[in-house]
Amino acid sequence: MAFAEYLDQLEAEAIHIMLEVAGQFERPALLFSGGKDSICLVHLALKAFRPAKFPFPLVHIDTGHNFPEALNFRDQLVSQIDEKLIVRKVEDTIKKRKLTDSSGKFPSRNALQTYTLLDTIDEFEFDVCIGGARRDEEKARAKERIFSVRDDFGQWNPKKQRPEIWDIYNGRINKGENVRAFPISNWTELDIWHYIEREKIELPEIYFTHQRKVVKTDSDQLMAYSDYLNLDIHDQIFSKQVRYRTVGDMTCTAAVESEAFTVSDIIKEIKITKISERGATRMDDRISEAAMEDRKKNGYF
Amino acid sequence: MNLLRFFTAGNVDDGKSTLIGRLLFDSESISTDIIETLTRQSKNKGKDTNLDLALLTDGLRAEREQGITIDVAYKYFSTEKRKFIIADTPGHIQYTRNMFTGASTADLAIILIDIVNGITEQTRRHSIISSILGIPNILVCINKMDLVAYSEHAYRQIVEEYKIFSKNLPMHQVDFIPVSALEGENIIIPSERMRWYSREPLLSFLENVDYRPTEKSEESRFQIQYVSNYVDTMTNTITRRFVGKILSGSYQTGDRVTILPDGISTKISALEKYGIKTHIGSKDEIVAIQFEDEIDAGRGNSIVQDNQKNGTSNELTATLCWMDNSPFHPGQKLILQHHSHTTKARITEILHKIDIKTNREVYDNSEEIGLNEICQVSIKTADPVLADHFLSAGRTGTFILIDENTNNTVAAGTVLKC
Repeated sequence: MAFAEYLDQLEAEAIHIMLEVAGQFERPALLFSGGKDSICLVHLALKAFRPAKFPFPLVHIDTGHNFPEALNFRDQLVSQIDEKLIVRKVEDTIKKRKLTDSSGKFPSRNALQTYTLLDTIDEFEFDVCIGGARRDEEKARAKERIFSVRDDFGQWNPKKQRPEIWDIYNGRINKGENVRAFPISNWTELDIWHYIEREKIELPEIYFTHQRKVVKTDSDQLMAYSDYLNLDIHDQIFSKQVRYRTVGDMTCTAAVESEAFTVSDIIKEIKITKISERGATRMDDRISEAAMEDRKKNGYF
Repeated sequence: MNLLRFFTAGNVDDGKSTLIGRLLFDSESISTDIIETLTRQSKNKGKDTNLDLALLTDGLRAEREQGITIDVAYKYFSTEKRKFIIADTPGHIQYTRNMFTGASTADLAIILIDIVNGITEQTRRHSIISSILGIPNILVCINKMDLVAYSEHAYRQIVEEYKIFSKNLPMHQVDFIPVSALEGENIIIPSERMRWYSREPLLSFLENVDYRPTEKSEESRFQIQYVSNYVDTMTNTITRRFVGKILSGSYQTGDRVTILPDGISTKISALEKYGIKTHIGSKDEIVAIQFEDEIDAGRGNSIVQDNQKNGTSNELTATLCWMDNSPFHPGQKLILQHHSHTTKARITEILHKIDIKTNREVYDNSEEIGLNEICQVSIKTADPVLADHFLSAGRTGTFILIDENTNNTVAAGTVLKC
């Protein structure tokens, strides 16, 4: 129980923020991806609101490139906790808005899902979306407020962020604006795993070691072999013992070689690993120094 | 293991970002891929010596281009003893409001002094702001000791000068450490070059410092954040739970309490922490309260103990830090947000301003409060507020002001009289 005290502090901070969201907004939503961070958010929401129902639905923006294990897990969790789930598909947005789908060997719909997210916010008139972003993930995220106001176009303006003083959160917005609220802003990857261990939170099996067919990228990352990839004849398919540190799209989330069977194995592994979570697993952030900053300015969560 | 939140304010020139970079780097909290990126960026900037550790914290494009910190960035690291959250905040006066954001949640402030420049206007400003925000501990890091050949005499001079300056500031504890962030002296291990300094180096200091706030107020404070209605479909009954964070003191099942501002008296019939029944809830814990009677109460109402001092008021005196680009003007329509309680408010009088370079009171009869100005004001609120004196009650004596028209957070305030 060495970590108990600070995990309690982080937990209380996160639940306090969720209660502020529930107390201040008319139409909140919780963005749920099926990854460990949003699974932790659901766990925190259970602590905040049970025995009553959540004052918000879960919203999944389905890129169509998901791991089937993550989708199964999502559906099981939703039926187990008996909460409302809204799914909106990037595939439908591409058709409706006549967008150009992503291409290349490892087609990423990361930028395209912003359209679907903004359309979904419009459709349900959500005034706030709770997200599982953490400030330790990336240096543009390290700059973002806990209540982050987005303009009419969903854009984050890093130069016009409101002051956020003490733990008093100003959720008042003008018409057209909405807020992204990040209850686990101050958690690190390791905090999340310690919390998962302490609270015995269930996760999709792909977080743990398993055999998988993978393809190497030019920078030697291991991508899951799937029908979504556009491989050429030079690409070799290997079978490796891997796990995922993050669960995003199959096409742009890399696996790491691992023998970790349990949460405590994972904690040991993270403690000695020398590569950051995003550095190890996300192709999309390697493109430029400001990749995340630019996507956020365009409305990405 | 517990958590220490600290902030550092300053500019790249003071070695602030280098100091943070050094702490992260030497405590092995930086991953290899990030070091690779840094090496690449350091080269891009034409810096052929070592890594530019400042690039670790300046996360926005504009910051990297201009070589300054514009907005607060949060960094995380931990040792065997403690987990640390660093708020890396800008030092430039035009970004003071961003500094407020980072500083307001801190348990400790690190004030950096460049030994060559000595105590500057910025040192004074940051120290005064830290004391206004009620940060209990101040650590003065006297940096760039390498540039004065690690001279004890030079260090002592600055320490004495700072003590004289800070004599009248309400700080609980001030400590000093001589360091060289660039050379890594006195950061993780005691410096061989400053054997005359016998106390702990920076990291051990941060691991061991007792930062618990010394709040004198014992009054129990709880504001309702959210009312949860649970419908039991079997019995067709509704249970109402009043959920929120205990701001100070404690609450127990069976306590006689009053709901403010209406003054309804009732008894706590059940207390739950995260869905589990408990007998007692204490400061900083989130609890769900049920009452014996059916009570009409909502978000923002306070639940207070019957046997304690609980005066609400429509008038308060406060210290304000103005944070909006548009200055305050008489007649401006404001909303006062005191934790979960919001009410319309107006500033009825500007009593005096505070010169944040000298901490002196300034009486200029001005009717405006400009960006980054600090002043004492009288405020009138539409609904009565239960606010305590900031110096004795800590966080329960804090609030923000919001412009009713733009919805921007325009000021942070601490209560002096209510």
